[in-house]
Amino acid sequence: MKAVVPLLAVLALTFAAWLGAGWDRVEPLFGVILPYGAVVAFLGGITWRVLFWARSPVPFNITTTCGQQYSLPWIRSSRLGNPHTRWGVAGRLMLETLLFRSLLHNVKHEWVGGEGDAPRLVYKASPGLWIGALVFHYSLLVVFLRHARFFLDPAPRWLYGIEEVDSYFRVGSVAFFLTGLMLTSAVLYLLLRRLCTPWLRYLSLPADFFPLYLLLGIALTGGLMRYSLRIDIQAVKNFCVNLARLHPAAASGMGPLFHVHLTLVSVLFAYLPFSKLVHMASLPLSPTRNMPGAGRMAHHENPWNYPVNVHTYEEYENEYRGKMKAAGIPLDREAP
Amino acid sequence: MTESSKPEKPAKVPFDPRPRDWLEANTKFAPGRWSYSAKPKALQTLGFPNPREWSPDQEDWKLPANWKEIILQGLRERLDRYRSLKIFMDACVRCGACADKCHFFIGTGDPKNMPVVRAELLRSVYRGEMTRSGRLLGRLAGGRRLTPEVLKEWFYYFYQCTECRRCSVFCPFGIDQAEITMLGRELLNLLGLNINWVMDPAAKCLMTGNHLGITPHAFKDNLEFFADTIEEITSVRVDLPINKKGADVLFVAPSGDLLAEPGIFTLMGYLLVLHQSGLNYTWSTYASEGGNFGLFASHELMKRLNAKIYAEARRLGVKWILGGECGHMWRVAHQYMETMNGPADFLEEPVSPITGTRFANARSTRMVHIAEFTADLIHHGKLRLAPGRNDHYRVTFHDSCNPARSMGLLEEPRYILKSVCRHFYEMPAETIRERTFCCGCGAGLGNEECMELRMRGGIPRAQAVRCVREKHGVNLLSCICAIDRAVLPTLMEYWVPEVGVAGLHELVGNALVLDGEKERTANLRGEPLSGGEA
Repeated sequence: MKAVVPLLAVLALTFAAWLGAGWDRVEPLFGVILPYGAVVAFLGGITWRVLFWARSPVPFNITTTCGQQYSLPWIRSSRLGNPHTRWGVAGRLMLETLLFRSLLHNVKHEWVGGEGDAPRLVYKASPGLWIGALVFHYSLLVVFLRHARFFLDPAPRWLYGIEEVDSYFRVGSVAFFLTGLMLTSAVLYLLLRRLCTPWLRYLSLPADFFPLYLLLGIALTGGLMRYSLRIDIQAVKNFCVNLARLHPAAASGMGPLFHVHLTLVSVLFAYLPFSKLVHMASLPLSPTRNMPGAGRMAHHENPWNYPVNVHTYEEYENEYRGKMKAAGIPLDREAP
Repeated sequence: MTESSKPEKPAKVPFDPRPRDWLEANTKFAPGRWSYSAKPKALQTLGFPNPREWSPDQEDWKLPANWKEIILQGLRERLDRYRSLKIFMDACVRCGACADKCHFFIGTGDPKNMPVVRAELLRSVYRGEMTRSGRLLGRLAGGRRLTPEVLKEWFYYFYQCTECRRCSVFCPFGIDQAEITMLGRELLNLLGLNINWVMDPAAKCLMTGNHLGITPHAFKDNLEFFADTIEEITSVRVDLPINKKGADVLFVAPSGDLLAEPGIFTLMGYLLVLHQSGLNYTWSTYASEGGNFGLFASHELMKRLNAKIYAEARRLGVKWILGGECGHMWRVAHQYMETMNGPADFLEEPVSPITGTRFANARSTRMVHIAEFTADLIHHGKLRLAPGRNDHYRVTFHDSCNPARSMGLLEEPRYILKSVCRHFYEMPAETIRERTFCCGCGAGLGNEECMELRMRGGIPRAQAVRCVREKHGVNLLSCICAIDRAVLPTLMEYWVPEVGVAGLHELVGNALVLDGEKERTANLRGEPLSGGEA
């Protein structure tokens, strides 16, 4: 159910775009309004989301310390796991953002033995998710950058470099982009992992499957257009350049598959700020990762810190004065 | 709790995905897995809402009529006050990295004990009540409405979390279930849904200065009893400065160390080190608690209980503060204290008068951990040690959650241990340092009634101890947390018999050679030393 409904949603989007492509009246909806709307929703949504987060203060330094603290000069502190300087914090965040460092250390627990011997709890390295996530995110990034070719005329020099490396393996006369395959495989892995691991299937929501189906649809339509149907690249480029120059033209002559591709991409962009996909923006703001671990070293201000009702020493001494006196404990005042 | 309600041992714990859809709130309060409700008297003392007699396993929780409004308003306020909450509500991708990092999930197999799902219990309400998509699409958007059933589920599972933060180490975004549990419990507290094992100690702490309700004269009596014991063992009479104005340092320990074994031996260790170092220090009967059960109820209560430490330091005119071995006490001291009750500008930057070491890492909060203090003394050769006196122990070290993951106090205790005993062995790497496993009883769950939960939550730790027991013959589990000292003996007795539990400073106290002491024939527990060890 959780996995089926989002699949139906993506299929519905696909059919709508397919049908809309052939119908002149609604074509601008898919070719013009949706792409622009998606960009506006994406930029506006991300900005709104980050401002929404930033509006709330960080009242306490709640760093999760993952290593030795900075303390005595002869003890080596963990500069990245438990940074005490801004540079250390920057390094920690960079490693998290670029290399998914916490995920790299992932392990899974397992019970072994049990026949005659009491079962044992052991921990095994579990790098699958880390590898899957790295492959997925980086190939998505490269695929995204490669698409700049369609929007920039002339294409910038750095693009040629990316394409050259990416198409190292040639299939016949066609440049074969490795990242496309990597992206598709990674999405499939992430999807199958969710579907086949019982506890993961249990905790997953429709919102976890929807973006995976979207990405899969995007990758498949993209691949089909490039390797199988060989649609008119020049027409696509003209359309995209015009879109980028804010002179949208009708997306005719490229076939329904292009519409489907464009529609799914637009939906992904528009959906991103309002879904779990905002994690791309939240990581640098995560309060357990973006502050120095040395909490006792510098003052941290809580803007809403308010006075509270305490039981004062005076009240305490008033209650226990006689007994404190009898026990020979020093008093502030001999009588109330 | 009877023996029969503890889990069968040793057990493989199966994953048990029932009901299949976690959005279905249908909580059965299983015996041995929940804690008794707070007594009205404790709530009245603390000024907390809705004091009444009730029990979680009964149908009627006697909620105020506008309970839903109170929770939603409370959630809105907290979203405005804590960026952490907003981000932790929005950013989770449910990748599952945290799932089996929780000792309660490993020990119970209950899928709602996966940190991600425990957090989703709150997130789903956030989505279903506060976001447009959630209100519109409901379950399709992972949203649900706040119902009494959901409230019961919150109570059941937010009190099956020890706020140990292990999940946040593995989360690629640092999402911290402890923060969600803390704020979730804060919400429950608005309706008077709290547990006695948290609220009763907190109420006592507010009025008497410590969780156990030890009155000033009893406090002095206890210290004197320990001084007598020390005198019997060493022939040296240690000083017992109490509420002394003009001392250089205020010493604050968890009150658990004053009451029960093996904590009292740790306290004797403090007394010995402080005496031998010649530090001009004082105890306080008013600030007689380093621990802070307010942390397990609400930020405000945490601040109210913690305020005494700075207030007392100011009243006594000390230069800085020294803190004993306690886990959650150090969470508060390291991450909250100075923000809540500072600035500590009336104190001085801590400097050890014995070694001249400046504790630069504590220059703002001005509170030093006794492991930092003692490690510095040992490093400078200021303590004469006879580690052979601990030769009957083969020791391993349990990193307590908070000093490990909310501070990073990892090497100091190890340095001390290696200096005061000769047989030290580490548990498997996945179970120590920042990846340490909780004792299973923190955050107010160390009570008798949730014994099954405790024994299950302690499985990962017990399994790691068993590993070094079999490999190296380890017979002592050392730690730097008063809750550990209170609960680990039960856990060891149940899963790994013949392994004892001791605080770090008990071992220091055993090994420390005092000026003018007689030849010791017994350790701090009064157990005879076999000859030739000194």
